[in-house]
Amino acid sequence: MHLLSLLIWLPILGAVAVLAFGRQANTARWLSLAVALATFALSIPLWTGYVPAGPAMQFVEQLAWIPALKANYALGVDGIAIALIVLTTFTSVLVVIGSWGPIDNRVSQYMASMLALEGLLVGVFAATDALLFYVFFEGMLIPMFIIIGIWGGPRRVYATLKFFIYTFLGSIFMLVGLIYLHMKTGEFSLAAFAHAPLSTREQAWLFFAFLAGFAIKVPMWPVHTWLPDAHVEAPTGGSVILAAIMLKVGGYGFIRFSLPITPDASQEYAWLVIALSLIAVIYIGYVALVQEDMKKLIAYSSVAHMGFVTLGIFIALALVRVDGNPDGARLGIQGAMVQMISHGFVSGALFSCIGVMYDRLHTRMIKDYGGVANSMPWFAAFAVLFAMANCGLPGTSGFVGEFMVILSAFQTSPLVALLAAFTLIISAAYTLWLVKRVIFGEVGNDKVAKMKDLDAREWIVLGAFALGVLAVGIYPKPLTDLMEPAVLQIVQQLGLAKA
Amino acid sequence: MALSKTLLLAIVLAPLFGAVVAGLFRNQVGRVGAAGVTIAGVALSCVLSFYVLYQLAWGGAATFNENLYTWFQVGHYSAHVGFMVDRLTAMMMVVVTFVSLMVHIYTIGYMAEDDGFQRFFSYIALFTFSMLMLVMSNNFLQLFFGWEAVGLVSYLLIGFWFKRPSAIFANLKAFLVNRVGDFGFILGIAGVLLWFGSLDYAQVFAATTDPAAATRTVEIFAGHPWSVATIVCICLFIGAMGKSAQVPLHVWLPDSMEGPTPISALIHAATMVTAGIFMVARMSPLFELSETALTFVLVIGATTALFTGLIGVVQNDIKRVVAYSTLSQLGYMTVALGVSAYAGGVYHLMTHAFFKALLFLGAGSVIVAMHHEQDMRYMGGLRKYMPITWITMWLGSLALAGTPGFAGFYSKDAIIEAVGESHRAGASYAYFCVMAGVFVTALYSFRLLYMTFHGKERFVVGHGKHAAHQGNDDEHAPQEEVGHEPGHLDHPPHESPWVITLPLVLLAIPSVLVGWTTIGPMLFGDWFGAAIRVSEHNDVLRELGHEFHGPLAMLLHGFTQAPFWLAFAGFAVATWIWLFNPGIADKAKQALRPLYNVLANKYWVDELYQAVFARGGVALGRGLWKGGDVGVIDGALVNGSTAAVARFAQVVRWLQSGYLYHYAFAMILGLIALLGGVWWVTHATL
Repeated sequence: MHLLSLLIWLPILGAVAVLAFGRQANTARWLSLAVALATFALSIPLWTGYVPAGPAMQFVEQLAWIPALKANYALGVDGIAIALIVLTTFTSVLVVIGSWGPIDNRVSQYMASMLALEGLLVGVFAATDALLFYVFFEGMLIPMFIIIGIWGGPRRVYATLKFFIYTFLGSIFMLVGLIYLHMKTGEFSLAAFAHAPLSTREQAWLFFAFLAGFAIKVPMWPVHTWLPDAHVEAPTGGSVILAAIMLKVGGYGFIRFSLPITPDASQEYAWLVIALSLIAVIYIGYVALVQEDMKKLIAYSSVAHMGFVTLGIFIALALVRVDGNPDGARLGIQGAMVQMISHGFVSGALFSCIGVMYDRLHTRMIKDYGGVANSMPWFAAFAVLFAMANCGLPGTSGFVGEFMVILSAFQTSPLVALLAAFTLIISAAYTLWLVKRVIFGEVGNDKVAKMKDLDAREWIVLGAFALGVLAVGIYPKPLTDLMEPAVLQIVQQLGLAKA
Repeated sequence: MALSKTLLLAIVLAPLFGAVVAGLFRNQVGRVGAAGVTIAGVALSCVLSFYVLYQLAWGGAATFNENLYTWFQVGHYSAHVGFMVDRLTAMMMVVVTFVSLMVHIYTIGYMAEDDGFQRFFSYIALFTFSMLMLVMSNNFLQLFFGWEAVGLVSYLLIGFWFKRPSAIFANLKAFLVNRVGDFGFILGIAGVLLWFGSLDYAQVFAATTDPAAATRTVEIFAGHPWSVATIVCICLFIGAMGKSAQVPLHVWLPDSMEGPTPISALIHAATMVTAGIFMVARMSPLFELSETALTFVLVIGATTALFTGLIGVVQNDIKRVVAYSTLSQLGYMTVALGVSAYAGGVYHLMTHAFFKALLFLGAGSVIVAMHHEQDMRYMGGLRKYMPITWITMWLGSLALAGTPGFAGFYSKDAIIEAVGESHRAGASYAYFCVMAGVFVTALYSFRLLYMTFHGKERFVVGHGKHAAHQGNDDEHAPQEEVGHEPGHLDHPPHESPWVITLPLVLLAIPSVLVGWTTIGPMLFGDWFGAAIRVSEHNDVLRELGHEFHGPLAMLLHGFTQAPFWLAFAGFAVATWIWLFNPGIADKAKQALRPLYNVLANKYWVDELYQAVFARGGVALGRGLWKGGDVGVIDGALVNGSTAAVARFAQVVRWLQSGYLYHYAFAMILGLIALLGGVWWVTHATL
């Protein structure tokens, strides 16, 4: 059974169908929901059918694609990819539901873009061939470009251009790196790349090529400035997918490409990535504190939280190679992965919350709100829950990844752990100050007083995100167990020098 | 009989069930349902906690230690959720659930007219669940979970009246200051993992007996090996400083009085703020390994004990006096920990929970009677209106001041003597602080009683010119109070209903008796057993135990000791000033203006933090944003490079003008340049 192909092509073909038959807005909506739900349902067997003791890559598919280049249509997933794919299909359902009311203009095209994006994202996580990965990696820019460009805010042209050129620039470097590796090995399989002997010099060049591609995607400081602009202009659904899934491609790339292909260079330049991660946590935290636009604030908060992902991934190198503590390294990478999944839920939920308010008052400015809890008590309860998850409160998913990364970092460098732990203070400061100004207090103005509490569809979206946040927060073991074999394999690979 | 997992689960989950029902189904169950389900849950929890205590103390039950489920397992690193219940835990469980039950009952009366009735019950039941998870944990992960969960509920409850600007300022402040503590705490936990490779209490405490554990070092800055024991213990204690409001992280607790009074009693006096004390006592096997860390604990505690107490003397808000008193008493507990008298700290925690909850609830009763007036300058003479509150408040204050025979006497005297016995660095400073603190405690305690219950009535009853406000009976809404002139009541004050006075009476009983009945075994009888571990040479309580000949002897001995006379002096001064010569206080204020200013402004610590951390943080953020992101990265690099491309294109476009004579002219220029260059090269060599 070609489950992975199905998961990629069902939403893409579904997008075509929505375009073809979705002249009526409601037809487009229901059809998209059916496709998204079916895709989500089909992604569940990935998790349940995954055999932890089995081979590293499962649900493998391979077809010759461009024989002359030995490029294959090769798919396969391990626990890490499965977790991200399920996150993608789950979030996509919620995005379709969440866009139900707010998008009333060119509905079929919007829904089709979303579904196509979903298929491409699954493709990114499922590809085991570098060229195929690259095609999906670049391909997903197009629907996002359309989503922001057509349904975006007033400065959408600037934002889309910045978003496109920024990310495209990074991936060009990555493409050069992939071509070099192809010349070296004669194929495009990621496994072959991982086993190719590479000198320290070659690895260093490749490392920076990958860094350019993935750091922009994550995004890491200082190449993060496209993100706040893109978020501010994007419609709610676009922001949710962007924050919840697309940023994860960067972290995933570091794990799939940088660590196995250039382990020695990764070790040599880990200090650089760690330093940039810590800057993201602290510097960006302070920048988030002073934002006046809620979406910008959460966008900056995303950058800060993704700092923990890159920190967890690169702290692993010192643990394996210097301290001989592979278990500590596993803790770091697991922490990075859990942080990615958690950030998917939390940022998706927070952007949905902002969308809920935006749909009512058509402003994202903090000063236009105040005392929302008075008119929307249930919404306020959800917002406070997600805010707490954003602060990393134990019992929510936000805590798990950060906790694991801090534990792991302390095992090799207490100083790094100390700087990372500043997030406890800073994230609480910017998140709860936002809550204080928007949710609590006297009713800010007459418009706020007239805001209606959540409708059924908004309940479903926020409720589903809340379930995810609490499930991972209270019992993360199923998630970490799913990813454990893959993480173990990565760490074992890291132990072997290539040069 | 051994303790069972089911029993302990029931204790924890009963309040959680109540919280969920009252919170999510608040409209379905209504007021009575919400109060009923949470009170039933907490009552069940309380009864079972007493049963657990009974089993551990008399029933011969062994310490319970079992995991419920594994939270994560990565390599040899694992984290669990599980319970460890020994006598220390059982004592905490009883204190938490008993005080919580009293507060639940009290809340029926206190919050009767509030719109958020169900929400309030949901929160306090959730708090009980979180606090139980904290004390019953068998590992550091769950400890941190409970630690943050009580912080969350505290945040929600301080900001319970979320329309009030002062309340939502206070809850944000409380959360952030606590987060500073948690910052240390989480590093301490990470350090424990580095030190012992485990987060399990049992494994960690077993490993502390290895002599190598005490001498292990880590280089945080290359070339500077520091003791792991000291770093870990100080980090953990920073967590305790946040939660237990020790100087300099004490600033949040007085502001937390913005919350409704029942939670001031439950969370900000009896239980949550003592979590730090409990935690350090629980970690006694770790702290015993670092003399430096214990000295740090001692000095911080002593400073808190004296200097926050002094602020209490100049406060006029009845709740704030009690709040500063709480800070000061937390300092006493910390001092006990600092001299390795962990049992003394925990013992004071217990007695304090009873009498301080009593004082807060009594203050709340007064506040209800005064129609939400909290300023003691507008009270006075209330004793004839509310005799039960008056008498129970007196009992609580006598206990707080350390009157021989009362609960507070036994616990506080033991701490003072333990400090006197200790030879730790800083012990003499601490001894001075705790001694002076006794005088201060008596001074503000009796000042509160006199200003509230005795002397002339300083309020006016009657409608008068404020009859217009008669219709505004929703006393909890802050905006309603604005129109009231202070000291004007529409009705005369009256004693509170039985749901309020019953908890006062039930708390007054242990405030008087619990010391007498328990000091022998708990403090000097090795009652805590293996739960608290003290090194032989640090064991000041054992030294004191040699001189302990029963509670009666200690009581009689107490009358001959300095602390009693200091307390008596405080009582005498308070009586002289605030009972007989009310004018003197104002004269003293004038005469000692500089000192008064220092205390009334709380040493300007709030202002300092506001300027440095709050405004400084915002300024830094703005600088990084406008300067770094907008200025350098976007301005110079991103948009700068696009602008450069555009400029370059402009130049190139100008070159390609399309006019033939431009190109011809350029060719001629080029030819001349070329020939000239050749000429220069060939002739320059000559």
